[in-house]
Amino acid sequence: MQTLDLESSRDTAFMDAVAEESGQDLKSCYQCGNCTAGCVYTHDYDLPVHQVMRLVQTGQKDQVLACRSIWLCATCQACTTRCPNNIEVATVMDVLRHMARRGGFAPEKLVKTFADGFLASVARHGRVFEAGLAMAFALRSGKPMQDAALGPAMLSRGKLSFAPHEPSSRAKTEVAGIFQRFHAGRPAAPQAATTDGGATEDKP
Amino acid sequence: MSALGYYPGCSQSGTAAEYDISTRACCKALGVTLTDVPDWTCCGSTPAHTVDHHLAAALSARNLRQAEAAGLSRVATPCPSCLAALKTADHHLADAPFRAEVERLLGGPAPGPVKSVSTLQVLFEEIGPEAVKNAVKRPLVGLRVAPYYGCLLSRPPGLMAFDDPENPVSMDALLTACGAEVVDFAHKTECCGAAFGMPRLDVMTRLSARILQAALDAGADCIAVACPLCQMNLDLRQGQVDAVTGRASRMPVPYFTQLMALALGLPEAEICLDKLVLPLGPALATAAARAREAAAAKAAKEAAKNAAKAAAKAAAKPTAPAKAEKEASCA
Repeated sequence: MQTLDLESSRDTAFMDAVAEESGQDLKSCYQCGNCTAGCVYTHDYDLPVHQVMRLVQTGQKDQVLACRSIWLCATCQACTTRCPNNIEVATVMDVLRHMARRGGFAPEKLVKTFADGFLASVARHGRVFEAGLAMAFALRSGKPMQDAALGPAMLSRGKLSFAPHEPSSRAKTEVAGIFQRFHAGRPAAPQAATTDGGATEDKP
Repeated sequence: MSALGYYPGCSQSGTAAEYDISTRACCKALGVTLTDVPDWTCCGSTPAHTVDHHLAAALSARNLRQAEAAGLSRVATPCPSCLAALKTADHHLADAPFRAEVERLLGGPAPGPVKSVSTLQVLFEEIGPEAVKNAVKRPLVGLRVAPYYGCLLSRPPGLMAFDDPENPVSMDALLTACGAEVVDFAHKTECCGAAFGMPRLDVMTRLSARILQAALDAGADCIAVACPLCQMNLDLRQGQVDAVTGRASRMPVPYFTQLMALALGLPEAEICLDKLVLPLGPALATAAARAREAAAAKAAKEAAKNAAKAAAKAAAKPTAPAKAEKEASCA
């Protein structure tokens, strides 16, 4: 059992930032556990979602941002749907994952690799190039043969296109521009109060 | 009302082409005119919102802007993930500081309000089960279907504003209208493992195994789906799931629109059953045999009922002589 000194490790700026970025009233969570009861990913989580909520309430930034759970949440929305206090729990998990990325945490490395690969494909082609994404992931994941057996089934059914299905070059340029401006970061805000530190965004 | 826009989404032009083709075919056959959002691009899907909400909204907003420019104030999409992305973007754009950052990312103005809707919702609310029933040419009699909605079509309820978040029934009603028998299915909205197939296959197979098992337990011949990712996990990856559980599920997983197209009697090229990894043929054969059996049982029951009626009639006739006999014996 882990003992936490809640006073010395409480990060109030973190508590405020999660509330601000998620738009959720985190104080209203009374730990009923409904979110965890309905979460099909709890089996694979290191921290059940209601504990993540509690740790956010008590400002335990490092423990929250280092956990695996926020990377294994699929945003299935069961928790949000069932919260008796109407907290968008899945949105909170999403915001924590953004913060973890910015902080350089990625305990579920392949989940990050997949998301990054997906977005790189969109940035390049305007739409996801599925075969390209699958091959790039296979190479980067260190388990290149995991899905190799699926290839023939997909090929014989005409489900695997070896050329991307792209929009016009103008549309591709527009999408690439969105990513460029995102990576460039927000211009420094004139007022000091932006809490999300967007300018130091980790490249997706 | 302006024309209804159509946003196919990336999967529907690749691994889920049959969902796009059968959706378009059903809509056409039922009188729903779809106008493609011109030059659409990816909505950002799950990966974008896990990285940044402004990035996600900008990727979706570009498509809403394309729709708006084409005079489309409403966009239908078959994909629940695209739907969630488009709806979330539209919702966030009403917030001024959020909108300003999205406009910075877009390098131009963000679109005004554009409503997004699933093609399931369009078929259910704007056509309706009764009209579908009237249009059915080949009812799916005897086919037991587990209707699987996945996570997002009705969740979260505040955003999706469609059907019941815990026990959706729209697909049930459409498939029933097609003559199918919808089984009681407790896993309608349980997550299939989503996009974890590549990065965490163990997680995805564990979750999809529960859904396949529930459908088998419910006695379903097939699972009807409404999401390209659910379909891929349950169909293409069914072998990977079975490898973990040691079962041989052999559970076909057609899109609900493929079943509808089948019932509407549309040509095979618009149903694309050949795209399914687990073939639907055996399920249809089981259904046909079950329908024949049911028809034979019904006929036998009817015949027995008629025979019983005739026997009762015959038994009732001798009452007059019996009465006479009785009178005679009294005399």
